[in-house]
Amino acid sequence: MTIHVDIVSAEGQMFSGQGEMIYAPAAMGEIGIAPRHAPLVTQLKPGEVRVDPGDGKPHEHFYVSGGMIEVQPFKVTILADTGIRAADLDEAAAQEAKRRAEDALANRSADMDLAKAQVELSEAMAQLRAIERLRKTR
Amino acid sequence: MAGAKEIRTKIASVKSTQKITSAMEMVAASKMRKAQDRMEATRPYAEKMRQVIGHVALANPEYKHPFMHAREVKRVGYIIVSSDRGLCGGLNSNLFRRLLRDIQELDAAGIEVEYCTIGTKALGFFRRVGGKVAAQATHLGDAPHIDDLVGTVKVMLDAYDNGEIDEIRIAYNEFVNTMTQRPTVAQLVPLAEGEDAAELKHHWDYIYEPGAKEVLDGLLTRYVESLVYQAVVENSACEQSARMVAMKSATDNAGDVIKELQLIYNKARQAAITQEISEIVSGAAAVAS
Repeated sequence: MTIHVDIVSAEGQMFSGQGEMIYAPAAMGEIGIAPRHAPLVTQLKPGEVRVDPGDGKPHEHFYVSGGMIEVQPFKVTILADTGIRAADLDEAAAQEAKRRAEDALANRSADMDLAKAQVELSEAMAQLRAIERLRKTR
Repeated sequence: MAGAKEIRTKIASVKSTQKITSAMEMVAASKMRKAQDRMEATRPYAEKMRQVIGHVALANPEYKHPFMHAREVKRVGYIIVSSDRGLCGGLNSNLFRRLLRDIQELDAAGIEVEYCTIGTKALGFFRRVGGKVAAQATHLGDAPHIDDLVGTVKVMLDAYDNGEIDEIRIAYNEFVNTMTQRPTVAQLVPLAEGEDAAELKHHWDYIYEPGAKEVLDGLLTRYVESLVYQAVVENSACEQSARMVAMKSATDNAGDVIKELQLIYNKARQAAITQEISEIVSGAAAVAS
């Protein structure tokens, strides 16, 4: 008896196939999942995911830097992160993004000048149209 | 032989420009294929995530996450995905125009707006016209990494959590095909619900570790991030194909210009030769007589 395993990250599929046993680093300790496991959703810590395909074949190893795992009786879905996540790291990244915006837009008015934006965009569009016309008349 | 040399120099310079544009066209074509592959690669994650969120939401109807709960809209946050580089036709201008129409509508309804920009073109636009930019990310490169977006997305999600904004929308170019890119504005948060309601007939009661709230929090944050990432990847495929088309027409234009210049040059050369012959002939006639 086997269980279907999908390991995906935001940047692509890492694994899809059958396994007899899956080992994953859950937030509250490593878990082993056999077919007919109770439905479970939990977070993963950075660590190694192993899939035992059975029949004495070698185990498949994957490194995940965290993520989520969903277990249904015959299906396991691992949503892997591509980088290390932690509340304080995320917070630092958010602060950094804010700071970048402040630096880039220092002493700019916070009110958008809609008229000015319109003028600018119509200029850009006029240029493009002029190029189009030039091509047609030639 | 008036200007023949100038025309020759001009032809040489247009030719070297043409070489550059045709090289850029080929580079864009190969990058576009890679970007399209990347676009395909992001689909399974978002799909799986949607399934898992659907399951959890169904198994757990009593807990409603704020991201799934619509409220009265007083402020809207926009995440604007643009390219880092130019020379891609009207890609960015078209997107900004689409966005501006939206903003004008909100403005008329008295709803405030703030932005979060991705890519230098959007940042440059707001630097010129003003507007409240809460966060920004630039120089993601041809292979954008989701980790580079975490901070920017978090700023917006935090603002939503704190009630500073009541809706998050994303503006990006949708990849229809190589020739067509469609400027799109879509709602990110609150998540549009529906569709999956009938999909699951027998639902499980999950075991949550550590708890339903934490699990759903983690899932939804990642889901929104993956949607933004998808938009970024899709926009980059659009950028490459728009650049490919723009550079192709620039190369064709350069070819036309060279043809015309060549004609003018030949005429000028012919005129000079004719003049020279007639001078020789009349000179010889003068000597003979």
